[in-house]
Amino acid sequence: MSAKSLVEEMKRGLDAPICLTWELTYACNLQCIHCLSSSGRRDPRELDTDQVKNVLDQLRDLQVFYINIGGGEPMIRKDFFEILEHAEHNNIGVKFSTNGTYITSENAKRLASMNYLDIQISMDGVDRATNDAVRGEGSFDTSIAAMNHLRDANFGPFKISVVMTRHNVDQLDAFKQLADSYGAQLRITRLRPAGRGADTWNELHPTQTQQRQIYNWLIAHGDNVLTGDSFFHLNAFGESLPGLNLCGAGRVVCLIDPIGDVYACPFVIHDQFKAGSVHDEGGFANVWRNSDLFLSLREPESEGACTSCGNYDSCQGGCMAAKFFTGLPLDGPDPECVIGAGESLLKNATVTLIPKPSMDHSRKVSVTIGGNK
Amino acid sequence: MTVALASVLEIHPQVAVRPEAFGALAYHYGNRRLIFLKHPDVVTVVQALHDHPDVQTTLSACGVAQDRWPSFIAALTSLETSEVVREREITR
Repeated sequence: MSAKSLVEEMKRGLDAPICLTWELTYACNLQCIHCLSSSGRRDPRELDTDQVKNVLDQLRDLQVFYINIGGGEPMIRKDFFEILEHAEHNNIGVKFSTNGTYITSENAKRLASMNYLDIQISMDGVDRATNDAVRGEGSFDTSIAAMNHLRDANFGPFKISVVMTRHNVDQLDAFKQLADSYGAQLRITRLRPAGRGADTWNELHPTQTQQRQIYNWLIAHGDNVLTGDSFFHLNAFGESLPGLNLCGAGRVVCLIDPIGDVYACPFVIHDQFKAGSVHDEGGFANVWRNSDLFLSLREPESEGACTSCGNYDSCQGGCMAAKFFTGLPLDGPDPECVIGAGESLLKNATVTLIPKPSMDHSRKVSVTIGGNK
Repeated sequence: MTVALASVLEIHPQVAVRPEAFGALAYHYGNRRLIFLKHPDVVTVVQALHDHPDVQTTLSACGVAQDRWPSFIAALTSLETSEVVREREITR
């Protein structure tokens, strides 16, 4: 079977996801300005320990190989280690993303003793100023402290996870050096206009010139850098980047949010992309296999406005979430289309209706009125 | 290692194989790699390796016609390289 027909098979969907993202909580001690899930405050409806374990058992039965745990800040949950251990005992690999706040030296030792575990420390600038402008004051030092604790605990090769923005594209080499100095692996992913990222997209997303820069850098560094296969829209520049060249939403991946709702991918927390809930009859498996949304995402997609473009086979029309939250039609070009088709559509639009995420758990900014400073 | 008809193989203990319509997905928990098994007959053979003394016996037992054996040897060699299967220690 050729690589191309394999992609076609993936598009028709799998019996179970290859992996899925599971945001364990909307609570977070940080307020990153590009947060894909608009996290901050815990939602009172979040799954409790027993419910989480029950879903893990379902995933074990479906032979889901591993899960990507995120949030919010997942380590805020008091049952975080209990959840990790339950996954480990059921042979479900865990990769979790954290801002590092709770990776104390004691927790680092505990994490180092576990199997099937990968840790991704988020960092969006290789220096304090660049990072803290996005992730908040003190967050750079927090990430570094966590990395030091993991190194001292001999955790092994953890990952440094960077969302590419206009301000850190020039730091790619420096990020690689930083990762190498810890024996860590660099992971870079694409910024999406999801959650609070929709509000900051215009200032943060890489310029057209920088897109090319990212592509060239990835071609040069190939398999040594992880990307979550998130830059496939750049394949229209030429040679394909390593990884699966397709949008996996509802086909090979999906999202379980903290309250148990199942979405097509982590970047589309919106009712239009909600497939169901783990609380529904038949549980997660039934949502995955039979929800109308997921079945429709597995139908051959319409190329729409991109029909006449010779690049479609390379870029696959780009990212559904990026189009949706910038107000572009789903069967049109990606806002970061490398030949500029998305950009000119956005420029020429007279009125663009931009959908808002269905959930917002951002902390309310407290405003002091009068006196007391 | 080149896999031969006389090779004694098993699924790598750190690998999970999940059947899919096109064949199967295999995930290696050690190196975290995902491998695609792109033909259902190869999946049948891989899953039967442990029940037979060697590759040749497995192929016969799975009803694979002899003229297809070379392509199965090639597939098993590539799966051995990616550590989906490995040499089985013979217990006496």
